[in-house]
Amino acid sequence: MLHTVNKSPFERNTLETCLQHAKDGSTILLIEDGVYAATEGTRFSDTIKKAMETKTVCALLPDLKARGMHEKVIEGIKLVDYAGFVDLVEQNERVQAWL
Amino acid sequence: MKLGIQINEGPYQHQASDTAYLFTKAALEKGHEIFRVFFYHDGVNNGTRLTTPPQDDRNIVARWSELAEKYNLDLVICVAAAQRRGIVDPDEKKRHGKDADNIAPGFRISGLGQLIEAGIQCDRLVVFGD
Amino acid sequence: MSEEMMEEGGVVKKFMYVNRKAPIGSIYALESLEVVLIGAAFEQDVCMVFLDDGIYQIVKGMDTNDVEMKNFSPTYRALEMYDVERLYVSKEAMEERGLTTDDLVVDVEVMDASQIADLMEEQDVILSF
Repeated sequence: MLHTVNKSPFERNTLETCLQHAKDGSTILLIEDGVYAATEGTRFSDTIKKAMETKTVCALLPDLKARGMHEKVIEGIKLVDYAGFVDLVEQNERVQAWL
Repeated sequence: MKLGIQINEGPYQHQASDTAYLFTKAALEKGHEIFRVFFYHDGVNNGTRLTTPPQDDRNIVARWSELAEKYNLDLVICVAAAQRRGIVDPDEKKRHGKDADNIAPGFRISGLGQLIEAGIQCDRLVVFGD
Repeated sequence: MSEEMMEEGGVVKKFMYVNRKAPIGSIYALESLEVVLIGAAFEQDVCMVFLDDGIYQIVKGMDTNDVEMKNFSPTYRALEMYDVERLYVSKEAMEERGLTTDDLVVDVEVMDASQIADLMEEQDVILSF
């Protein structure tokens, strides 16, 4: 299953709720302001790294670049473009958008 | 894959419509079918032809209209949400005695059943919102 | 449109409506309830989940007179008549907010996050607002 998160973890609890409800083996795609969670050295970096032990974490590269965050991405996060986003939707049987 | 898209936010205020557009375009370019794009909540504001963004910025409404024309997309604006927010097509104009309509080319106004139908018909429904 | 489609397809999918936003402060709760009511006519296998501030949509005692808004709280009690009978609330979200099922206007089933996660994985369509 694919989960999308589009909120900064500093502003809302969207990422936290997503992680509570995402099963092992699922994929989490960070988009829009959600990509701030993909960066190194934040209060949430360890949360993401822990999630990566059991889940696949991806981030939308165009959103990272737009925010000047593409050089700070946590190692191991898979970066995708919009075509890659489409592929993730195709590969997963259902999508939940955590808004 | 047959895709349904739901957009819950208006243009410019939030990135949802931009993301949905770029996602939809990428899906079409990959050869996927877009069964319908359904505009709900403030998302109905994506369907007014009266927007005039600065010339050096993207025209979100026109961009949807162009994509609809190129790929024969079904862009559906929810009627209940549209009535609240003043998005009007010629039929709604007549029905409610308004002095104008403002729907953009390629969009149509219809009921919420169209969203449920998209959920039933599509392989995936992807929601973009705030 | 809907009748025709049901006749030809007769498809029944599992729909989950995920509500995470508080009512009143924004229109998401009211308009998502409208989707559920319209959706009922399609006779799909429907459930609603209330997470995070979504719980506040179904608390008792809402009185919107002084803010001059429509009070749609009673509509949740009518969901049963629309055959929307499976309502789930997040145990964690209720506890965080100091609420119990006695505070809610409808009968619900309380689930923890892992149960809701399991349920989510069983769905065909997830609509989030």
